Amino acid sequence: MSLFVDTLRWFVDPAHYQGSDAIQTRIFEHVELSALAMLLAAAIALPIGLYLGHTGRLAFVAVNVANIGRALPSLALLAFALPLAFALGLGLGFWPTLIALVPLAIPPMLTNAYVGARAVDRDVIESARGMGMGEFEILRRIEIPLALPLVLAGMRTSAVNVVATATLGALVAGGGLGRYIVDGLGLQEYDRLFAGALLVALLAILVEVAFGTFERRATSPGLRTAAATF
Amino acid sequence: MTEGEPLVRWDWVAGHLDEIAQRLLEHVELAAIAVGVGFVIAFGLALLIVRRPRLESPITFVTGTLYTIPSLALFVLLIPYTGLSVLTAEIGLVSYTLLILIRNIVGGIRGVPADVLEAATGMGYTPRQRLWRVEMPLALAVIIAGVRVATISTIGLVTVTALIGQGGFGYFILIGIQRFFSTELIVGAVCSVMLAIGADGLLVLLQHRLTPWTRPA
Repeated sequence: MSLFVDTLRWFVDPAHYQGSDAIQTRIFEHVELSALAMLLAAAIALPIGLYLGHTGRLAFVAVNVANIGRALPSLALLAFALPLAFALGLGLGFWPTLIALVPLAIPPMLTNAYVGARAVDRDVIESARGMGMGEFEILRRIEIPLALPLVLAGMRTSAVNVVATATLGALVAGGGLGRYIVDGLGLQEYDRLFAGALLVALLAILVEVAFGTFERRATSPGLRTAAATF
Repeated sequence: MTEGEPLVRWDWVAGHLDEIAQRLLEHVELAAIAVGVGFVIAFGLALLIVRRPRLESPITFVTGTLYTIPSLALFVLLIPYTGLSVLTAEIGLVSYTLLILIRNIVGGIRGVPADVLEAATGMGYTPRQRLWRVEMPLALAVIIAGVRVATISTIGLVTVTALIGQGGFGYFILIGIQRFFSTELIVGAVCSVMLAIGADGLLVLLQHRLTPWTRPA
């Protein structure tokens, strides 16, 4: 049980709230990196997924992106990103981790955006067209709202993955909460190690719960019973 | 990643084939035990859910929470109990397979059409016979689809166990990062991806063998 006492003591030690290794600084670094990776990945994945779903083209690509994404393990992505970032002169830490996180976050969002837009009832789209809506208007006013629960579910999967994988950035001299785990392992300081693992686990669960709540709030009331099961 | 050094030094690869084979074996062993044990546990829990639907939400909540905890954090949280051991790695790896496997086993069994079940009962099948001779074969395609996802993600996660002294191909990635040696990094990453793709291919073949009726004509 003494590890719990040690970890508790670690958390209340004022020294751990000061300087570059302060808990709040590490949390901020972790969230900053994860948020930036999510923004970049969403900016790539959502337009492509929604467009492919709207036109129904390249279904093969949209569905298989998810399978390929699953086969790319996070540590392998980091392994590929490190020489790439180095060749580009971006150095260690933040950039290689970001380069690894973006391709990790794209597949769930792209596939869910595709499936969400594709699953919209064809009759609804026909009626919209009959009412004189243009293609872009159909996408914006019909397909996106109806696909939203699935799109958000994809974002939740991506976000949890990104927060988890951002931890590995500490292996390539990045910041974030992984610092405590990697340093704790290296220095055999088990209170720090355990505290880092607890913080990362809590952050991931928090992200999951926050996205889940947002998903329920953002779902159109008319869809709440049918589509919320994904 | 040193100036003038190629991205992959093939002489290193040629000189380390023995070690690569050894890491392959370790990787396969870690992943196979995890998926095997995970399947047995998931199968039991899935049957429990099918019989007592009230247990579905607590079981999904627990396995879903385990699935959400980042792998590295979960391994680390186990260290005080099981140390830097294979057991720590396996407990973590098994935990991650449960949600996917349970979801697909339950989904597969529930997807069996009600009239087929009625016909089986009408023909005098006992519930046990019905489960093994009607529901299981019909659920098999969905179940194997779950095993595929669990296998691919487990093979990926095995690399992370390098941080707690296991790792298979992950060992090359970790050492490659520490020594700043791109050959080792890339060998580790490429091998683990190829292993995942190869295992997935084998499972597709197995599925075609076991459920020939699902094959498109």
